[in-house]
Amino acid sequence: MSISRRELMAGAAALTGGLALPGSQAALAQAAPKGTLRVIPHAALTTLDPVATTGYIVRNHGYMVWDTLFAQDEKLAVKPQMASGVEISADKLTYRITLRDGLAWHDDTAVTSADCVPSLIRWGQADGMGRRLFTYIESVTTDGPKVIVIKLKRPYGLVLESIGKLSTNVPFMMPKRFAEKAVTDRLGVDDMMGSGPFRWNKAEYRPGARVVYDRNPKYVPRAEPASNAAGGKNVFVERVEWVNFPDPNTALNALVSGEVDYYEQIPADLLPIVSRAPGVKVANFNPLGNLGMARFNSLQGPTANPAIRRAIAKAVNQSELLKVAIGNPEFYKTCYSVYPCGTTFENTSGSDLMAKSSLDEARAMLRAAGYNGEKIVLLATTDIPVQSAMAQYTADVLKRIGMNVDAQAMDWATVLQRRTSKNPIEQGGWSMFFTWWEGADLLDPVIQFALSGLGEQGAWVGWSKDDELEKLRTAYAEAASLDQQKQLAAQVQARQFEQSFSVYTGMFYVPTGFRENISGILNAPPFFWNIKKA
Amino acid sequence: MLSLIATRILSAIPVMGVVALIVFFMLRLSGDPAAILAGDTASSEQVERIRVSLGLTKPLYEQFFGWVMQLLRFDLGTSLFTGLPVTTLIAQRIEPTAMLALSTIVFSVLVAVPMGVLAAWKANSWIDRLVMVICVLGFSVPVFVMGYFLIFNFAITLRWFPVQGYTSPFVDFGRFVSQITLPTLTLSFIYVALIARITRASVIEVLGEDYIRTARAKGQVETRVLFRHALKNAAVPIVTVIGLGVALLIGGVVVTESVYNIPGLGRLVVDAITRRDYPIIQGLILFFALIYIVLNLIIDIIYTLVDPRIRY
Repeated sequence: MSISRRELMAGAAALTGGLALPGSQAALAQAAPKGTLRVIPHAALTTLDPVATTGYIVRNHGYMVWDTLFAQDEKLAVKPQMASGVEISADKLTYRITLRDGLAWHDDTAVTSADCVPSLIRWGQADGMGRRLFTYIESVTTDGPKVIVIKLKRPYGLVLESIGKLSTNVPFMMPKRFAEKAVTDRLGVDDMMGSGPFRWNKAEYRPGARVVYDRNPKYVPRAEPASNAAGGKNVFVERVEWVNFPDPNTALNALVSGEVDYYEQIPADLLPIVSRAPGVKVANFNPLGNLGMARFNSLQGPTANPAIRRAIAKAVNQSELLKVAIGNPEFYKTCYSVYPCGTTFENTSGSDLMAKSSLDEARAMLRAAGYNGEKIVLLATTDIPVQSAMAQYTADVLKRIGMNVDAQAMDWATVLQRRTSKNPIEQGGWSMFFTWWEGADLLDPVIQFALSGLGEQGAWVGWSKDDELEKLRTAYAEAASLDQQKQLAAQVQARQFEQSFSVYTGMFYVPTGFRENISGILNAPPFFWNIKKA
Repeated sequence: MLSLIATRILSAIPVMGVVALIVFFMLRLSGDPAAILAGDTASSEQVERIRVSLGLTKPLYEQFFGWVMQLLRFDLGTSLFTGLPVTTLIAQRIEPTAMLALSTIVFSVLVAVPMGVLAAWKANSWIDRLVMVICVLGFSVPVFVMGYFLIFNFAITLRWFPVQGYTSPFVDFGRFVSQITLPTLTLSFIYVALIARITRASVIEVLGEDYIRTARAKGQVETRVLFRHALKNAAVPIVTVIGLGVALLIGGVVVTESVYNIPGLGRLVVDAITRRDYPIIQGLILFFALIYIVLNLIIDIIYTLVDPRIRY
């Protein structure tokens, strides 16, 4: 995932050449777009600031309206996007990023470096990876209207990986007047001014029901073919409508009847019906998949003891859990790495803990850990089927190894509230909850927030505190070569399994349904450029 | 009459106050919008920052009085998530719900009242039994089952109607009719059952009265006897049940709007509850309470029109 200066300059050169070629992607953008793409997104878009909040639906909205300086392609390599290129000084302390020509906000004013600087700063206050990056940054300034200058205090290996990150929080570039808002002062309906391939249609926005994006006719796409979030963002439809369906059955019927074109995430139980429906295709466009996770409270109760957390991890059998939670083996696979299987940093360090699960060994480990029947509280989500199944399976396994389990059923909104409590178990505290992440959020030790060892000073809920883990993550961030990064990523993984702040419960995929007259869907988070509707 | 209206309006104020009090404090026990707003991958400090920015760290009494002061200015507050005024959100969503409710009431009354009268007139015949079977089915079949049944047959199989959606009649009347038909039929089923049963019972009771016998003895045609004499005198309980049925309608609208993907108030309130968007929930519950009060007032006024003996 690292990128050399040579590669970036080569990218810039390709851009210059590509623009001159007849029939290039840029020229394709001029072909008359037609029609409306009707999409059923995975959730309703009710909050709009992709920097201030972390929801995937807000991230996807961000990619419609805004653009990024750099972006990751299908191979997860960082490529220039709004940037034409970057010059990195020999001491690796100065990055000069040049904006490419033709960039304009949706109000037709030019995108300048003076907009990008506060955009980076605002993102750096909100995002975990951004906050880490900014601890290395001495200054972010402009050098004329098209050059952003980042000066570091000491070399940092993930500068471009950070500002080119694929998933939440994505460092979108915004006009200065919006980027200078405090992170807590969230952007609203009047602030949706970007330079991305689509324009926000405020008049037709119905929160929770419908979001409309119009093609940005003045968007100048890159010359390279679209690849994940990188490359040419050519738009081939006049508008995209996100229509929120509260009922999956109705959503499915709407897809089958042709009233919508694209159903982002089809629930597993409806797949057999969709597969038989005429005119509808089903495919997985997210090769990075999703990783399930059980997260421990490392502050309170029995799970504050790493030995007990390890015993629980030993008891969880991924194959069994995935069978219960997902069902169809076509859409899940076991993965005993903390990084998505099939990606750069997948490894086997310390993974025997889970790969060789055993209830007997787990019981022995519990005894050795001094567990004495203390209550363990599971926050069991009821309204998200995958998480509900994970909770039920785990509750059963924990009972089988002799734990005193209190599985408390509640909706996801209540889980989100309860899990912020640092109280002891007897006073409304908790021990474990269940969730899942998109693979893009777990690619390396720094991106993956769940690996943070900062405890109450900045780790994810559960407040994992481990100085050794943080030392390894910092070393990874400062590593000079990919080999070194891989070595450190493996050490981070081994340390995570040793401490077991989370249990990784395997990979699964949620397929997309779409009408057969739709083509050009990218292997990526749901992006709506490059899609054609016949 | 004017004194009735004035009294009702005055009595509505404490009712609304009690509703506001209960709703406000119950919601505060139910969840944390800041945690939902921040998202799954947010850190504790991000959640706390949002909590502070939303004013959720202030003492409850302070939050409550702040909201009451807003209400006194006819301001229902601002959605915590969208940042839009609650009144704007209600205005965006009220038309689909109002149209669905109106079409359901009109259709149900037009179908159920003649059905009930017919069943009463032909009491104990096969017609009566058929009407009663329909009524039992109407009460027994859940709204969502009826919705899926109609969608499968008339939208997916026969393709006579669209599966989902809503278009304003002021934009495209033809599309409005095609989209509102199945939801109206779905929601009307239980409503027709309720009105038809009460109409039948009331008309049967009235048909035994002396003045009906007198009307028939005078040689009045049967339809005139039924609709002019019997139905008019049986109207008070029918009007009552139509009014009370609006309560059923509001509950049914929530489900129907979900099944047919109609962006109305029912869905707005359910979504707001899921997200713990306090100002929307509070505003909508107050709004629904106000509708109940106004409807009851209208029903009381209609009583005086259908039964001149009633005076306030």
